[in-house]
Amino acid sequence: MSFATQAQGPATATRKPVIEVSALTKTYQTQAGPVPVLHGIDFALHEGEFAAVMGPSGSGKSTFMNILGCLDHLTTGRYALAGQDVEALDNDALAGFRNRVIGFVFQGFNLLQRATLEDNVALPLVYAGVDRATRRERAREMLAKVGLGKYAQSRPNQISGGQQQRVAIARALVNEPRLILADEPTGNLDSKTSDEVMDLFCALNDEGISIVLVTHEPDIAQYARRLVRFHDGLLVQDSAVENRRWQGKSAQEVRA
Amino acid sequence: MNQRMIVPMLGEAWHAIGANRLRAFLTMLGMMIGVGAVVLMLAVGQGASAAVKKQIEAMGSHLFVVLAGSQQAGGVRTGGGNATTLTSDDAYAIRELPGVTAGAPVVIGNYQLVFESNNWNTQVFGTTPDYMTARDWKIADGSSFDDGDVQAARRVAILGKTTAQNLFGDSSPVGQTLRIKNAPFTVVGVLAPKGQSLDGRDQDDTVIVPLTTAMRNLTGSRFRNAVRMIMVQAESDAAMNSVESGMKDLLRERHRLTNGQDDDFFVNNLTAVANSAAETAKTMSLLLGAIASVSLLVGGIGIMNIMLVSVTERTREIGIRMAIGARQKDVMAQFLMEALMLSLTGGLIGVAMGAGGAFAVQAIWQTAVQVTTQSIILAFAVSAAIGLFFGFYPAWKAARLDPIEALRYQ
Repeated sequence: MSFATQAQGPATATRKPVIEVSALTKTYQTQAGPVPVLHGIDFALHEGEFAAVMGPSGSGKSTFMNILGCLDHLTTGRYALAGQDVEALDNDALAGFRNRVIGFVFQGFNLLQRATLEDNVALPLVYAGVDRATRRERAREMLAKVGLGKYAQSRPNQISGGQQQRVAIARALVNEPRLILADEPTGNLDSKTSDEVMDLFCALNDEGISIVLVTHEPDIAQYARRLVRFHDGLLVQDSAVENRRWQGKSAQEVRA
Repeated sequence: MNQRMIVPMLGEAWHAIGANRLRAFLTMLGMMIGVGAVVLMLAVGQGASAAVKKQIEAMGSHLFVVLAGSQQAGGVRTGGGNATTLTSDDAYAIRELPGVTAGAPVVIGNYQLVFESNNWNTQVFGTTPDYMTARDWKIADGSSFDDGDVQAARRVAILGKTTAQNLFGDSSPVGQTLRIKNAPFTVVGVLAPKGQSLDGRDQDDTVIVPLTTAMRNLTGSRFRNAVRMIMVQAESDAAMNSVESGMKDLLRERHRLTNGQDDDFFVNNLTAVANSAAETAKTMSLLLGAIASVSLLVGGIGIMNIMLVSVTERTREIGIRMAIGARQKDVMAQFLMEALMLSLTGGLIGVAMGAGGAFAVQAIWQTAVQVTTQSIILAFAVSAAIGLFFGFYPAWKAARLDPIEALRYQ
């Protein structure tokens, strides 16, 4: 029996919530007047959960992710991240949350091209004020974890897209966040490397990290435990994933 | 900002600059030219004022020269210094005034000097030992003559360095006898070299003999005790005004001038003349410095321009940094550091160029230059200030970017 099946269903209720969103709305003020994007979202994500967010473009899922990522402010409602009311935080504290509580993975990898992979992975540690020796050690550890230990001194343009995304995941993990927010992480990858990257996410999730993944590919969403669907600014579906594609490989196997 | 972030940020700034070497070099060129010009101008200006200062010191400090006035006979006026009303007794009276440290009567003539087979024409000063005091002129070899020699009108002479070399070569003239206007004089001393005066005259091409001896054996004036000038030294700069007026009153009284009559003497303040030369040099160097600082301003604008381009180009990078935890002040610090690195590197090369240029000027035109530590520190401080000032707006702009917009930027 795998850990994956245990984490589903009623068991989640006893775990600590990482994300708690209630009655969240978001309205953009434009020159043409207010444009409402989210109309009242209730959502909670508990430790160890892995949710895939789907929905057509314009459904509000990107806005929702930006708010979850402390990059944007909500208009009304409440958002608590790791038990902390996010709206009460100032800019520096929000940056601190992005640094320590959340790990971001983007569609375009978003690595710094000039920097070595090691320096890329170590960057969040710089903003956390960690000393040089520890930064180096942690970055190498994370690169090894995603199977790229021997490329520490390479630069992003010297490795493949799939490898770059794994570096980005290593960077997201380096500050030991509670939550990973992945925005279309496989959007730029072919199906084989997509599967490799999703295997890595699943292995990390099995280690206990919570993940929210935005995707528009149904077969990618099948890697998650839970599927959340947005439509016209409303959360229209929130259900467990049937026939999950993850068979419980260990991180060791994923790396190979 | 955490101090642990400074080193990696410096490294990143260095990499960012290194990624666009030609652009960075062109940007720094403005700073190099500006700082180089400032350092060069300061070096030349300070060199000039130092040279003037040295000349003032060579001349002696707090000095007045009292010259005899012009003579008028039947409507024909002679030049200054020809009147016979100024006497050695006037000098001795001035000496007694408060605030006066020396008062030396002087007669001057040009005579042929002969020693064995050598001869030399030079300016002969007949004066008292006060002259050496006033001009702060040391004896390098032998000794000075004293008041006793003046009273007894002994035929003794002190030679300037140039005169001594022309007549005696490298051997010591002390104790030798030379002839001035055919009268034998015993050399008692040689003056320490003073170099050129402000007007470029060689001050060491001279001979000094006792006043009385000069009057009796050389100038042979018909008017007893008439002197060409009196050199007066005040004890300090502060005493100069009171000494000047005291001297004028004393001389008017001694010359029995009534209220309506003009002075029959001139009082020249030598220090003021020299100081104005120093002021001119200083003003000149300030003016050139002001012109040079315009190029610094242009250099600063160049830095601002390129930093704005850099911020725009790296909008996405800024978004990434913000997403992974950079605070606004971290982004600001990063771009400020980059601007600072551009301006300081430019400044460093500029200092080297300016100093090199200064020594080139010295070598080519033989003018004195002075590259002082202060001017280098000033150049660096100005570079840093320019980097911070012109880097501030681009850095502020970067820090104020919306992370979502920045991440979407293509």
